[in-house]
Parts: sequence; C-alpha cells; structure tokens
Amino acid sequence: MSLSKISVSTLAILAASTFAASARDQLQIAGSSTVLPYATIVAEAFGENFDFPTPVVEGGGSGAGRKKLCEGVGEGTIDIANSSSRIKQSDIDLCATNGVTEIMEVRFGYDGIVFASDINGADFALTPADVWGALAAEVAKDGAVAANTAKTWADVNAALPAQDIMAFIPGTKHGTREVFDEKVLLKGCEDAGAYDAFVAASAGADEDAKKEEAHDKCLAVRTDGASVDIDGDYTETLARIDANKTAIGVFGLSFYENNTDKLKVATINGIVPSVETISKGEYPVSRPLFFYVKKAHIGVIPGLKEYVEFFLSDDMAGPDGELTAYGLVPDPELEATRAAVAAETPMGPLN
Amino acid sequence: MSGSLFTQDARTKARNAAERRFRTYGLGAIILALLALVWLLISIFSAGLPAFRQTFITFPVKLEESVIDKAGNRDPAAMAKVTTVGYGKLLATALEAEIAAKGIDLAGVPPKEITDLISQESAATLRNMVLADPALIGTTVQFRAIASGRIDGYYKGRVTMESAALDKNTSPEKLRLADNLKAAGLLATSFNLGFLTMPDASDKRPEAAGLGIAIAGSFMMMVVVLVLSLPIGVAASIYLEEFAPKNWFTDLIEVNIANLAAVPSIVYGILGLAIFINFAGLPQSAPIVGGLVLTLMTLPRIIIPTRAALKAVPPSIRDAALGVGASRLQTVFHHVLPLAMPGILTGMIIGLAQALGETAPLLLIGMVAFVRDFPGGLFDPAAALPVQVYNWTQRGDPGFVERASGAIIVLLIFLIIMNTAAIILRRKFERRW
Repeated sequence: MSLSKISVSTLAILAASTFAASARDQLQIAGSSTVLPYATIVAEAFGENFDFPTPVVEGGGSGAGRKKLCEGVGEGTIDIANSSSRIKQSDIDLCATNGVTEIMEVRFGYDGIVFASDINGADFALTPADVWGALAAEVAKDGAVAANTAKTWADVNAALPAQDIMAFIPGTKHGTREVFDEKVLLKGCEDAGAYDAFVAASAGADEDAKKEEAHDKCLAVRTDGASVDIDGDYTETLARIDANKTAIGVFGLSFYENNTDKLKVATINGIVPSVETISKGEYPVSRPLFFYVKKAHIGVIPGLKEYVEFFLSDDMAGPDGELTAYGLVPDPELEATRAAVAAETPMGPLN
Repeated sequence: MSGSLFTQDARTKARNAAERRFRTYGLGAIILALLALVWLLISIFSAGLPAFRQTFITFPVKLEESVIDKAGNRDPAAMAKVTTVGYGKLLATALEAEIAAKGIDLAGVPPKEITDLISQESAATLRNMVLADPALIGTTVQFRAIASGRIDGYYKGRVTMESAALDKNTSPEKLRLADNLKAAGLLATSFNLGFLTMPDASDKRPEAAGLGIAIAGSFMMMVVVLVLSLPIGVAASIYLEEFAPKNWFTDLIEVNIANLAAVPSIVYGILGLAIFINFAGLPQSAPIVGGLVLTLMTLPRIIIPTRAALKAVPPSIRDAALGVGASRLQTVFHHVLPLAMPGILTGMIIGLAQALGETAPLLLIGMVAFVRDFPGGLFDPAAALPVQVYNWTQRGDPGFVERASGAIIVLLIFLIIMNTAAIILRRKFERRW
C-alpha cells in the first residue's frame, strides 16, 4: 500500500467519523451489576424472538447508570438505566436540567441478600443483632458505649461457632451495601438496644443531631481487619472465601443459587433465604430491583416498549419465568407495573 | 609479589569469586522469571484449554408442522411468532422420544427435567435454522445440541457427583443419565469451534458463550489503529527527524512524546470519552471509538521507534543522495525511508500488539457491554478480546471462569503471532552499517 493510498483512507475514516451516529436501531442499557445478569438474559431472549436487534447491556453500577440516563435525550444517550436502588431526587433534578422530564419507573422483582460461608465450614444461624455485634466499631455494654472487642462469633452470641470473626461485605459504592446497612446493621443496632445507648451517650446539640450521630455510629463497621469491604463483584468475595475458609461473605441470592456447590448459606432469624421465603416477606434482607425508561425514546428507538413489556412478561419476570429460575424473587404487583407500562405512565415525584 | 601463573593470588581469587557470584545471581534471576512464566502458563492453560472442547448431544428432531407452522402456509411473519420456548419444547420431546426409542435408562431423572441436559441456546439455533430454511418443516433432522454447562463441566472435571449433589442447577441423576447417553453414543465431546465464532451469551448459558464478536471488534479496532497511526506516526517522525529545525519548540515536542508514551492508558480512555463520545457524538461501544482511543495511545509508542530507525540510517547515505543532486524529499523517500522500513514495521507491530492487549481505556468508552449481534461496521456496538476476559471473570456461573481463561489463551496466541512476525521481519531485513 503506497503512502498516498494510506493517507486517503485515513482522511476517509476521519471524514466518516465526523458524520457519525447514523440512526441507532439497538437499545442501549446501562447500570447496576446486580441487574446485569437479568437484563442480559432478557436481552438475549428478546434478540432471539423479536425482529429487533439484541439490546446492548452494560454494567457500571446503579448510580452511574442513572447518571447516564439523565445525560439528555437523543440517540447518543442510553434508553434504560438498571438500578438496584430507587432513583434519588438528585438524579431526577439532573434529568430535568438535561431535558429528561419523563421517566418510567419499572420495578420488576426483588433480590435477596444472603450471608454465606465455605461449603465445608460451620453452620451459621444469624440475626441482624449478631451481625451488627460482630462487625460494629463500637458496641453498647451495660448501657455504656465501648469499642468492639469481640474476637470470635461465640463472643457475640454463645450459640454461634467459636471461630474468628472475618466478614467480606460489599464496599460502599455498591447498591447492596445500602441494603446491608439499613436492613442488617441498623436493624441489628436497634435490636441490640445500642441505638438508644448511642443517643443517650451523644453530645449532640438537639434531638435530631443526637439521632443522626447514633445512626452513623450504628453503621460504622470495625476497621481492625475483621470486616473487609469488597469493592469488586461477588466473584471476588467468593475467591476471598475460598482462600479464607472460616470467613463469611455477603452475596446476592442469584449468585448463591448458582454456586450452591461451593457455598453454605446462613439463616437470618431462623429463615433460610430462598425465592419463596423472600417473596412471602419472611426473610428480612431483600430489596426491590428497578429499571428506569426514558419515555422520550419510546417510538424513536425501535423495540424499547416491546423490550420493557417482554421483560415483565410471564416468560421472563413472572413467577415461573426464566429470571425466577435464575434467582429473581418475583414481584407480587407485577400486574400493576405491566398496566403502567402499557399506559406509558411516567413516575410521579418521590415520596 | 611474584608468583606462578598457575597459582592465583588473593586478589585474583576475590575477583573471580565476585564474577562467579554475579553469574549465580543472574542465573537465579532468570530461573525465577522462568518459574513465574511456567506457573502462569500452567494456570492459564489448565483452566482455559477445556474451553476449546465442548460436549454435544446429537439426536433426531422431527420438525412438527403443527408446532412450528400451525397455519401451514410458511408465512415468515406467522412462523416468527413461535418463540424459542416452543422450539425448546420440541427439542425436549424429541430427546425424550429418542431416549425411549433407544431404551436408555433415565437413571431417576424425571422426564420433565431431561431438557435440562441441553443448553437453552439450542432452541434458538433450531429456530434460526428453520426460519432460514422453511423447507425443513415436517422433516426429521439430525440435530447437534450443545450440552448444558453443568453436563459439559462434568466431562471436563469441573463438576463431580459430590458437587452436583449440592448444586441446585443439576443433580447426580442427571450426570448418570448423561453417562448413559454417552454409552449409547448420543453424547460426545469434540472440538469447540463455536468458542471462536459464537457471540457472548447470558449468565444462563455459559456453554454457548463465544469470542466471535470480541475477535471481530478487536480486529476492526486494529485496522483503525493501523490505518491512522502508521501514516500519522511515520509522517510526524520523518518531519521531526529530517526536516524540523532543532530549537526549543521541537525539544518540547520531543519531551512531550516521551511523556505521552508513559502516560497510563486509562487516561486515554477518559480523553476518548470526553472528546469522541461526549463532544463529537460518536456512538458508545463502537470499534471506531475504541480504534481512535487506541490510536492516540499507540502514536507516541510508534513515533519513538520510528525516529530511532530513521536515526540509525547513516548520514553518509543522505550525503551521497544529496551529493548527486536529489532533493531532501527524494533523499528521504527514495533512500532513508526504505532503509528504515524494517525498524518502523517492527515498532508498528509491537505497538499494535500493545494496543490489542489494552483493556483500561476501553472500559470507559462502553466496550465492556453485553453485545450479541455481530457488528456490521465500525459504528455498530462490539466487544474486544481483553475486555471480554474482564467481563467473563465477573459472571456468577463457574463455567465462565473456563471461558475467560480460554479467551486469554486466544489473546496470547494473537500476541505471539504478532511479536514473532516483528522478530522475523527484523531478522530478515535488518541492515547494519
């Protein structure tokens, strides 16, 4: 190839790149890595059974996905943001500034959060209070606040195995951590009576400040190495447990269900986590899963509404659907969500 | 002090001992490096080689007209209404019938769960086959279905009877049934071409995940990098080396090029996101953006060896050309550049190999997405080889660990081919003065 030919083709490519973004015909989806496997399963089946191309699904985290959704309207922006926590007012405000005024909120099911340890390890029957007692930075002893000195699980609760406390919990950037904080740590803190002790011991100016300080103290985990934040995925937590057989880790239910030959699950309040116990509301640590649809793209990007309807269909998110088989806890109010999607109802203000 | 040549004095002994010590250190360093390499290769190959083999179940499937084309008029629109669920049932019935016909012992597997032995991908394959060739309807075809991930893992040693007993996705009975199928000749493990040609698959079917789109995407990006960085890099080098005046400004450029070659690659990803996607409005996940970002990253890494190659051409050649009346342009293009070409090509190939293995900048421009349709051009979404490895290591199903290591092997093979080509080129064409 002569140099002149190369330069001509270079110019051609440069010219082409300036007239980019020809009409996009595939959906673009981004967001939560918890929702990612569900979204890829639906996208795959959607591409196989419909005349539309397979949607492109990206991970990146719930917050990042919502931020991308709110970047504006047009083919250069994504159509759907997957989210393992509810959209925040700050996201809605950002959306509004960028012209994304109408968003459809779709709750398609629930995800259980489980504690699991190595398959050959000891059995754990936990309560939120046990977990909090083992992992909190400061605990209340006889009404007084003191640093947590518990070394083994038996120190926290004599019924638990006498092995060293070692827990791998999701890092703060994960949506899972929010649920862990709220449904396990805060709940355990309150159950153990420490919340009141923290309020009583607080030097806050008024009642609100005291409560806030107590709240923060409930969520503070110990930093002496007994509790390790995992910023990677559940695969990393699994690898850490593999290397550290006495440790306990936090996983999503569907991840556990696909690795039952390596992990042993702990009960919470005596309840074994499963799709049934979570959908009945017996197992306490679960959270809703959402995706957010940019309404302005319906009718512009082909297949958007069909994808959403297919996602919510009985074959997918229904009680006997593919997603449930993978570990999704079905939403009992799926019918109402379907009706809202059919009517293209945008979400109202957060309450 | 005088002495015989055959008896060493103390100082000679000390010097010889120092040399022996240094040789031992050097040898130790090489052995350590080799051990690390061997350990790395063993761990990658032992985990990844199974990805190149795949278990298949072959059985006759009667393509019932009553299921696939109820109206019987071969109307494509009506036939497309039958989803993979319908085809899945067809496959399940066919496998069950074949097991009954051959008198294979079910080993305690409930008839409803026989279908768990084959991948869900098979239903989609069968559907595409029928939609592409409606004449098949009503006939019986010999269908080769991919076995499901756990069954496949059983024949690769990943799944055992013990682990299956604890596994919610399979059971020891199913593994025994698979053994019975194997004994009857229905099930066999063979080379897995699909691993190189098929697209990525969702978490429910790791057995069907392939590198097809990743290889296509990486290839497209390499074409973009080659087409852009070769002329730009060579032109910049020639200008700087042969024409540019030596002043503070060219010195500044030189320092900057050396700096840019050492900048962490993720910085180029951030730059690419800001310029190509947010400002120029190029699409996400597209090989064109990946190629442009990698071009930016590769340019300094090509300019440096190109300039070195130009510098290595002796000045006498330039002087001779100028002496017989050639212009400076003629001197460069007729004499200096051809002589420097082997060095330039070697630098180019090594730069491309680095770009091929680069992951970080691609993560930021959306190349990490789940893409299942083959890209029709540079502007369609695609994946890339190293990013596919990253992607698969994050999936929940253990089958993806094997796929990720297999993808590393494919990437390594491409890199070895490119680096070998660079060495051969250098050996064959290198001139010494």
